[in-house]
Amino acid sequence: MPAQQTTKAHDGADGGRVVLDAGDISRALIRISHEILERNKGAEDLLLLGLHTRGVPLARRLADNIAQVEGTTVATGELDVTMYRDDLRSNPTRAPHRTQVPPGGIDGKTVVLVDDVLYSGRTIRAALDALSDLGRPAVVRLAVLVDRGHRELPIRADHVGKNLPTARSERVSLRLVETDGEDEVRIQ
Amino acid sequence: MNKHLLSIDDVGADEIQEIFTTAAEMHDVQSRQVKKLPALRGRTVINLFFEDSTRTRSSFEIAGKWLSADVINLSAKGSSASKGESLRDTVLTVTAMGIDGLVVRHGASGAAEQISRWVDVPVINAGDGTHEHPTQALLDAYTLTRKLGTLEGKHVAIVGDLTHSRVFRSNLKCLTKLGATVTAVAPPTLMPAGVGDWSKAAGFSVSYDLDEVLSGSRRADAVMMLRVQRERMSGGFFPTAREYTVGYGLTRDRLARLEPGTPILHPGPMNRGLEISADAADALDSAVLDQVSAGVAVRMSVLYHLLAGEETS
Repeated sequence: MPAQQTTKAHDGADGGRVVLDAGDISRALIRISHEILERNKGAEDLLLLGLHTRGVPLARRLADNIAQVEGTTVATGELDVTMYRDDLRSNPTRAPHRTQVPPGGIDGKTVVLVDDVLYSGRTIRAALDALSDLGRPAVVRLAVLVDRGHRELPIRADHVGKNLPTARSERVSLRLVETDGEDEVRIQ
Repeated sequence: MNKHLLSIDDVGADEIQEIFTTAAEMHDVQSRQVKKLPALRGRTVINLFFEDSTRTRSSFEIAGKWLSADVINLSAKGSSASKGESLRDTVLTVTAMGIDGLVVRHGASGAAEQISRWVDVPVINAGDGTHEHPTQALLDAYTLTRKLGTLEGKHVAIVGDLTHSRVFRSNLKCLTKLGATVTAVAPPTLMPAGVGDWSKAAGFSVSYDLDEVLSGSRRADAVMMLRVQRERMSGGFFPTAREYTVGYGLTRDRLARLEPGTPILHPGPMNRGLEISADAADALDSAVLDQVSAGVAVRMSVLYHLLAGEETS
């Protein structure tokens, strides 16, 4: 147990502070789903594109929420930006994840990029480049579960689950049932 | 991953799987309208070919270009090598221009490895003499994995001029590394010397009877036909082309007896009518063109893993 640990009931075994629990995450995603629908005036031509890794299940959850509200299915896809990263040369290479868009492509669609945590904005910059190689969407928007600030590029999100003021030295760890077995956002 | 790809020995089974995972993504890029990824932007690759090649050189060129690298082709014909410049001088000259990677094909076994000692950029062996051709083996194994689902426990027959074949040597290492068993089939004169010692290795056996390998309970799950090099027919390795075809060619008759769904591979160029009949080459189960398109994807993957990331020492 780390010495600096506080006595809050939320504190888990691996330290840090829980800032969003499963209920908070679920409510934030429902709100974002409504915002997306409101902004788009319905679910038409909508494509929710999740960024690997945790943006992918988030995009699916948003699509499920929208399906419940509107009674229609919304197209989802997944986008990997490994090849487009500007720090490719400073890390060992790793195999890219799947990039998958619906058969109709992204031309003319309202693409909502979905990511877990918005930080420097560099991933989103890479995603915008990747998108332009896949086609020409009518509109691109950005939905994130957590915005922790410290942007290094002129990028902002259209839909934010939770604004989380952090110090650069802090670590935001986001866990999802699909990838990690539980829903939780924690600051360490 | 190792800095160079000189032999299949340079990659472990896990790394091969990683190369395949990346290649599968690269394969999708081939069907896009914009066939470009920025991973190697600003990097320069030289294809240094001292031997003729169509598909290997062009697929390395396409692979590099689709990853946004600048690719320069140099062949021995038309270069200073034909004026008597030594291999070392040619290599040092081109690397002094500030390139980031070398793809080398050379008629001498071990040439790529020798070159890798002279330069400090990654070297990819695109075929050295009768030694190895690792990217061909990787693309063959990748093609087979996509056809068969997995290579674990599968039985692959490699048939043809095995003595002179670097494709055979690389494939034998690669396929057995991925859990397949390999049967080498060739007339005794075209079986590499000392093959008896190799067959002690796990998952490898030798046969002189193609029909036996293609039938029965232990029949091959895939057949790889290798080229008989017509220029060597004068070497007395077999009496006539016709006799070779009867004994070891994938003829129309053998094709008809093949279990449906058995992939037929050939690295090319094919001698139709000699080691492979036109019927087999164009059969539904022929994977020859799949190999060509896999060639680009796998080479993109190899270039990406060797050149895109942080420099490893």
